[in-house]
Order: sequence, then structure tokens, then C-alpha cells
Amino acid sequence: MNITVTVNGQTYTRDIEPRLLLVHFLRDELDLTGTHWGCDTSNCGACVVWLDGVPVKSCTVLAVMAAGKEVRTVEGLERDGELDPVQRGFTECHGLQCGFCTPGMLMTSRWLLDHNPDPSEAEIREAVSGQICRCTGYENIVRSVRWAAEHSARDTEEVAR
Amino acid sequence: MQVPANFEYAKATTVEEALALLARHGDEARVVAGGHSLIPMMKLRLAQPEALIDINDVTELSHIRIDGGELCVGALVRHAELLDSAVVGEHFPILHDAERVIADPVVRNRGTVGGSLCQADPSEDLSAAFGALRASAVIRGPYGERTVPLREFHTGPYETVVEPGELLTELRIPIRPGGSSAYVKVERRVGDWPLAAAGAALRLAGGRIAEAGIGLTAVRAEHFVAAEAEEVLRGAVPSEEVFAEAGRVAARHCDPGSDQRGPADYKRHLAGELTTRALRRAYERCPT
Ligand SMILES: Cc1cc2nc3c(=O)[nH]c(=O)nc-3n(C[C@H](O)[C@H](O)[C@H](O)COP(=O)(O)OP(=O)(O)OC[C@H]3O[C@@H](n4cnc5c(N)ncnc54)[C@H](O)[C@@H]3O)c2cc1C
Ligand code: FES
Ligand code: FES
Repeated sequence: MNITVTVNGQTYTRDIEPRLLLVHFLRDELDLTGTHWGCDTSNCGACVVWLDGVPVKSCTVLAVMAAGKEVRTVEGLERDGELDPVQRGFTECHGLQCGFCTPGMLMTSRWLLDHNPDPSEAEIREAVSGQICRCTGYENIVRSVRWAAEHSARDTEEVAR
Repeated sequence: MQVPANFEYAKATTVEEALALLARHGDEARVVAGGHSLIPMMKLRLAQPEALIDINDVTELSHIRIDGGELCVGALVRHAELLDSAVVGEHFPILHDAERVIADPVVRNRGTVGGSLCQADPSEDLSAAFGALRASAVIRGPYGERTVPLREFHTGPYETVVEPGELLTELRIPIRPGGSSAYVKVERRVGDWPLAAAGAALRLAGGRIAEAGIGLTAVRAEHFVAAEAEEVLRGAVPSEEVFAEAGRVAARHCDPGSDQRGPADYKRHLAGELTTRALRRAYERCPT
């Protein structure tokens, strides 16, 4: 069936089978391979994208369910060639090693900061608790999100000034 | 890669439309809400519906409101929305306790209250929580609407009174002054299903327990409640001893099995201990 989905502000129309999962729609139909696909059982969180502004595990959402809706993926974090503060935080604080979990971690972190600009360590750990990282032991992920929180605040202050 | 079998897909935007689509597609059609139980089952081919009726855009089922002395929760309310609702937390803290430990925040963004109850997994948390609260379920079908007490809703593991062609539309919980509630769960790791969990709801009057509800999950308690333990409490003066006795009775009357989450005797121990703890916390929260 024909579906139209807006991904990172761009509209795509594709003819797909209803059983196609959103993660495969993004990766295979749209070539947006930034979204990763890991456990396939809604446990690892590598596949997290936003659906109408809310983080979801795209291995457990049908692409047809996104018809007429807005999806945001890791490719949509960067704005006008500028990395998002969470992306800069992960680079500054060594928030990734192999990078497999990173796209999902970034999407959840961005959402957290949009709703809670100054999260505590416990709040960050809770926010990413449905996502598995095999490399970092999470310490540097927490630091990266804190970095983003501190630097987003400063950016906003600079703009205000 | 896990791929579901082929099916037809249709999206409903109203309850009427969802019921018409269910009627048109017959017994092999299934409703999909959050899809976080059904889609994994379809990937494993444990479920192979011929048609899926998507109710995610049926916004009339997303309400949380007070109506006629009852809290009404629409079937499509997401776990995260129940957790965020101040009115829910004010009247029924048990639901916030439970939601804090159901799955993880991203799964909670998608999974729904109605989907959880209709899935009727024997380890499902909300069945125990709503069971403790003596909620009722509103079900709409081609021939109209019926209301079923939650304690008669489940007919077995993964089975409920909701027939093919019907839709669970709402949960209703009576609001009564003088009480409170709590939920306690033991899980192996964050976001996991419970090894065991207990919910308690108490209403006090004249220094005694006027009404008690105890919900249990993952320990094969009949209808997710501990009716015999509730009997121990009714009319009693609240005390540590009576809460401990209720725990002992609850443990005796459930029937847990051993599995990869833990051995039966440990789960039985948990059923008792968690019942006592949930009662204690619910009592501490009661208005004085
Ligand atoms: C990783 C993970 C961890 C989890 N951990 C827990 C946990 O700790 N505790 C817990 O309790 N749950 C847990 N869950 C389950 C979670 O709560 C699911 O969201 C829930 O079981 C199903 O809700 P859903 O809206 O996704 O239902 P769906 O998957 O859409 O539907 C489930 C079933 O209900 C039917 N259905 C749905 N809505 C209706 C309706 N309105 N009327 C009639 N039939 C309907 C469907 O046809 C289907 O048969 C977990 C899930 C995952 C993926
Ligand atoms: S691939 Fe979706 S949660 Fe692991
Ligand atoms: S960086 Fe390797 S899994 Fe997280």
C-alpha cells in the first residue's frame, strides 16, 4: 500500500507491504541508515526514532503506522551543518566507542533535554534505561548528556545576550 | 530478521469505524494499539492475524477524566500518559507506582493501558493494579456497550472476556475518600517483567479498614487478586501484625511456577512480603 511519511522535514511516498517495520522502511526504503537495528525485540533501543515528537522503538512499529505522521531520526539532529549539542556532547566526552547504540541514545537524550533542560544523573540514567550500551558502561553517556545540558544553556544565554 | 506474516491493514479514527472494520474483516482480524505485545508475537508468528485494525488515531479513547465519582481512563492512554497524569497520581498513587516500573520509558511512550489488559499476560502489572482498585472495564461491540468488573475480565492466561469484534474502550475506578494505595514490584533488572508484584488499596473508616483490595501478578493468583487476604483485612484495625498476616494468607493462596525468572518458592515468598509492603505503604499514605 502507498504511504506518505515526513522524515526529518522531508516528505516521502513509497509503496510498501503493511508488514514492513519502520526501522527497515527508514534503512532500506529511504537509505537513512543512521537508525540502527539490533535486538529486533524492543529491548536494546538502537532503533529509537521520534514518531510525532515522541521516542519509540522503530523495530516494534509498522511503517504503515507512521503514515501521515512525522518521524525524526539521528540524521535530523544536525541543523544547517551544525551538530546538535547532544552530538557535540558525545564527541567531547567520549560518549561512544563502537557507536552502535549511539543514534538511539542521541534521540532519547535530545528528547529528555527538550523536556528537562537540566536533568540529574539519575534522570539521565532513567531516560536511557531502555537502551543497551555494550561499550561505555554508561558513565560517559551520562557525562555527554550533562555536557549538552550545560552547553545548550550557555548557547541560549549567548543568543539572549 | 523477524518478519510478520502478511496481513491487511486498516486505520480507524473513531470507535464506530473500528467496530465496522472489525465486523467487515471477521474473526481473524485483530486490533493493534501500541503494538508492543502484538507485533513481537507476529514477528515470532505466534500470532498471524489476517487483518490489523489500527486504533492509534482513535483519539476519543485517549482521555483521562473524572466522571460521576469515577476516574475514567481511555483504552488508548499510553503508559507514559498515565504516569504523567496529576489527577491519576492524586487519587490512585498505585497506578504511578506501577507505571514507574513497567518496561522502560521508550516502551511506555507506545504501550497502552487497554493493550496491556487485553494482552492479559500472566505477569502483566496493570491487571494487578486495576484489580486491587476494583476497576471495571467498558467494552463496546456491534450490539452495544457492557461493563465488566475487572475481577471477571480475565478468563485465563492471554484470555479475556473481550470477544472478537469487540473493543475495550475504558477503565473506570470508583473514587472514595479516606483511602490510598501502593504498588511494589521485584524485577531482575530495570525494565523487566516482574518476578512478582503486589498492589494494595485501603479505605479507612472509624479507625478500621472499611475496604481492602490486593492485586498480585506473576504468581498465578486467581483474577490477579488475593481475595482471601482481603478478607483478613476487612473490619480489622490496621497494624503491622494484620498486614503481615494478610501477606501470609496471600502467599498461601497463590500458585507460582518456576521459570527463568526464579523458583516457585522464592516467588511465593515475594508474594507475601510484597503484599505486606504494599499494604504498609498504602496505609502510610492514607489521610489522617
Ligand atoms: C521490552 C518490553 C518490556 C515490557 N515490560 C513490561 C512490564 O514490566 N510489565 C508489564 O505489565 N508490561 C510490560 N510490557 C508490555 C507493555 O506494557 C505493552 O505495551 C502491553 O503489553 C501491550 O500494550 P499495547 O498497547 O502495545 O498492545 P498491543 O500489542 O497493540 O495489543 C495487545 C493485545 O491487545 C489487543 N488490544 C489492544 N487494544 C485493544 C482494545 N482497545 N480493545 C480490544 N483489544 C485490544 C490486541 O488485539 C492484542 O491482542 C513490556 C513490553 C516490552 C516490549
Ligand atoms: S532493535 Fe529495536 S529495540 Fe533493539
Ligand atoms: S558505544 Fe558500543 S554499544 Fe554503546
